[in-house]
Amino acid sequence: MGKGKRKVPGLNQSSTADISFILLIFFLVTTSMDTDTGLSRRLPEWDPNAVEQEMKIKERNVMTVLVNQNNEIHVKNGVVNRVIDISELKDIAKEFIANPDDNVNLPIKEDYVIEDFGTVVTTVRHVISLQTDRTTGYEIYFKVQHELSKAYSELRDAWARKTFGKPYKECDEKTEQPIVRGMYASKISEAEPKQYGTAQ
Amino acid sequence: MPELNTSSLPDLIFTVLFFFMMVTSMREVTVMVDIKTPKGSTEIEKLERKSLVSHIYIGSPSKSYRATLGATPRIQLNEVFAEPEAIREFVIAERASMFEKDKPLMKMSLKIDQNVKMGIITDVKQELRKASALNIVYSAGFEKAKD
Repeated sequence: MGKGKRKVPGLNQSSTADISFILLIFFLVTTSMDTDTGLSRRLPEWDPNAVEQEMKIKERNVMTVLVNQNNEIHVKNGVVNRVIDISELKDIAKEFIANPDDNVNLPIKEDYVIEDFGTVVTTVRHVISLQTDRTTGYEIYFKVQHELSKAYSELRDAWARKTFGKPYKECDEKTEQPIVRGMYASKISEAEPKQYGTAQ
Repeated sequence: MPELNTSSLPDLIFTVLFFFMMVTSMREVTVMVDIKTPKGSTEIEKLERKSLVSHIYIGSPSKSYRATLGATPRIQLNEVFAEPEAIREFVIAERASMFEKDKPLMKMSLKIDQNVKMGIITDVKQELRKASALNIVYSAGFEKAKD
């Protein structure tokens, strides 16, 4: 004190970096950056009174996909009625949804007004009915869902390219994508659970 | 040669540290069932906002639980095994913990083992419909596209 002004010695901070490094490494390790991935679906609303609705749909507008307890896929629509391999499902579904040749056994094509776009001719009334048995495996069910979803995506993509000149994913989310979705709206109906003895 | 000035190094590291602290979610559930989700390719989407997602796990109980519970697939909600009937309460609890404006956007992520039978899944889906939790995601991983 007597020797005049003396500097307060600075705190030794050389180890701060090490300490924060350790913390950093801890959080690096515990962080799970991997986001969840999956196939999005929307369930139909619960309505205990709606049972008989499906009866009113014309036969040509319905495609039934039945996955039975042996994990066989049986497809039935106006032109196909047999057990198929999973690899065939996408193309069968695409032909059913789009009905490119105006086949009388495939869904009827009608004028349909898309908001902010205009009138298109599409199979508004088609329905894909997906039925499973209680003992069907989840893996095959998921694959069927995936293939059907792919069928819609590919049709949408093709139409988006034709109409907007770019694939669906690059279309504007607010304006163009809803139009494309309106053209090929996903109509997968999952039947109410039933107990099947054998595949019909 | 003059020494490199490292006095700002701690600040730098701290910044990175704070970033990781922010993105870390410590509230991870220990999964008590064995799950190997199916694989998809082009149709698999990322779930953007974690806060909107609730998980339902379905699969065979893992080894340590097998002695008491057997290998029949079970449903796991949060940290407990549950029956399908408990899902409605689970949905209500999850919904209550969300912000008001996010409630309609709630997503249920179904993490289901690929060997599970559809029966239990159908039950779960029916319960979800009753609870009007209609946005679901079949959790699945990526597989390299073949075409």
